[in-house]
Amino acid sequence: MRIPCPFCGPRDAAEFSYLGDAAPKRPDTAIASADIEAALYDYVYLRDNPAGLLREYWYHGSGCHGWLVVERDTRTHRIIAASMAQAEPSP
Amino acid sequence: MRYSLTSLLVNALAGHRGWKPQWRDAEPRDEYDVVIVGGGGHGLATAYYLAREYGITDVAVLEKAWIGGGNVGRNTTIVRSNYLLPGNIPLYELSMKLWEGLERDFNYNAMVSQRGVLNLYHSDGQRDAYARRGNAMRIHGVDAELLDHDGVRRLYPFLNFDSARFPIQGGLLQRRGGTVRHDAVAWGYARGASDRGVDIVQNCEVTGFAITDGRVTGVQTSRGSIRANKVAIAVAGSSSRVAAMAGMRLPIESHVIQAFVSEGLKPIIPGVITFGAGHFYISQSDKGGLVFGGDIDGYNSYAQRGNLPVVEDVCEGGMALMPAIGRARILRNWGGLLDMSMDGSPIIDRTPTQGLYLNAGWCYGGFKATPGSGFVFAHLIARDAPHPAATHLRLDRFRTGHLIDEKGQGAQPNLH
Repeated sequence: MRIPCPFCGPRDAAEFSYLGDAAPKRPDTAIASADIEAALYDYVYLRDNPAGLLREYWYHGSGCHGWLVVERDTRTHRIIAASMAQAEPSP
Repeated sequence: MRYSLTSLLVNALAGHRGWKPQWRDAEPRDEYDVVIVGGGGHGLATAYYLAREYGITDVAVLEKAWIGGGNVGRNTTIVRSNYLLPGNIPLYELSMKLWEGLERDFNYNAMVSQRGVLNLYHSDGQRDAYARRGNAMRIHGVDAELLDHDGVRRLYPFLNFDSARFPIQGGLLQRRGGTVRHDAVAWGYARGASDRGVDIVQNCEVTGFAITDGRVTGVQTSRGSIRANKVAIAVAGSSSRVAAMAGMRLPIESHVIQAFVSEGLKPIIPGVITFGAGHFYISQSDKGGLVFGGDIDGYNSYAQRGNLPVVEDVCEGGMALMPAIGRARILRNWGGLLDMSMDGSPIIDRTPTQGLYLNAGWCYGGFKATPGSGFVFAHLIARDAPHPAATHLRLDRFRTGHLIDEKGQGAQPNLH
């Protein structure tokens, strides 16, 4: 796999570390809420784990040290797009 | 037909034209007592033990492709029960005991070979961790021996003992561990289940579940609807996809792991060796091929193939441990899908849907557990209560915090 890093250009996947699904958003624990435990459980453990398109975090440790959001097909490893995670709207 | 020396002689004299197919390739019926989704090793073993232990023979095993084509044919055939945590050891040791009697039990040559599994250590800290693991095993009645440098050298003189970076200090040896011919495990369980009346249905993909008032009543398949009182899911690698059809999200990610076989060589490695400093393990098949592997690729995948960085990493591990391996040529490599659970341990439990049972989350260690997994899953299905050896492997343990974190990695499936 080659990941098209927006900063460094297309680079071998071995330069990157994987975090996983970019969809889970950490619930705001500062706001006391009755179902905060359920929300944290969901955030930490549960995954959609799709067979198909997945938006996921990769860290370019051997390159620009940027966090990327990569859209990839888990059935074929085909990479559709990559963008800097910073450019994503914050949760 | 029961296999024996007599049956072999009779068929040899008849020119081997009298052998029959080993199990019935059944057509699906409209209704069963129990439907097992997934005809891999675990599904077939579950059907076998349902019939043999609990007398439940009105069972169908639905396999989307063919028997032996999934993970039961993609692993590296190693069996062991060298686990640390109380939630895990009883199941894997039950499995080990079943391996030891398996061939007589199902009258099939699975080539169970207890050639020993050796985990090497390369530092004082690692030695202490293995001593602790060995003690935990022995407390649970599992065999374990802590070998020092000389003990390992007597077994495997060709290893790279004096590597400057990772010298081999010793190893934890489980002599009862070893290898089993994985295809024969699938065939043996399929034959044993089929002989007892279980329908093994190939090319039959489950496409949905029929659920009424919180109770499962059957499945939809690519070959029509099938009614069932109980439905059991054993599709590790694709558990999230199948569970999603029943409205569940699982604490699982699907990953890919690669394995490798070299050309056939004369016997050099008598047992199974794992490298403690990198992630590399190796054994030699009875045909002579060196069978080895290492880490998972580390990203979500349903592709059943991996990428080259892991090939390089595995080969580097091999060269660091056993430089002689550099003379061997790799014959083939392949990938298999893994249910990477969030704590690295499996799930064998009921689900929120009544009559629907889940066997999932085996990470890269499902093969060794095949008999035990089938045995306790059959108990769960038959009795609607967990087997005493599998009471910790609950689906809700992630919610309640009772993780079985054998590797101490936390909720990071790509690290387990």
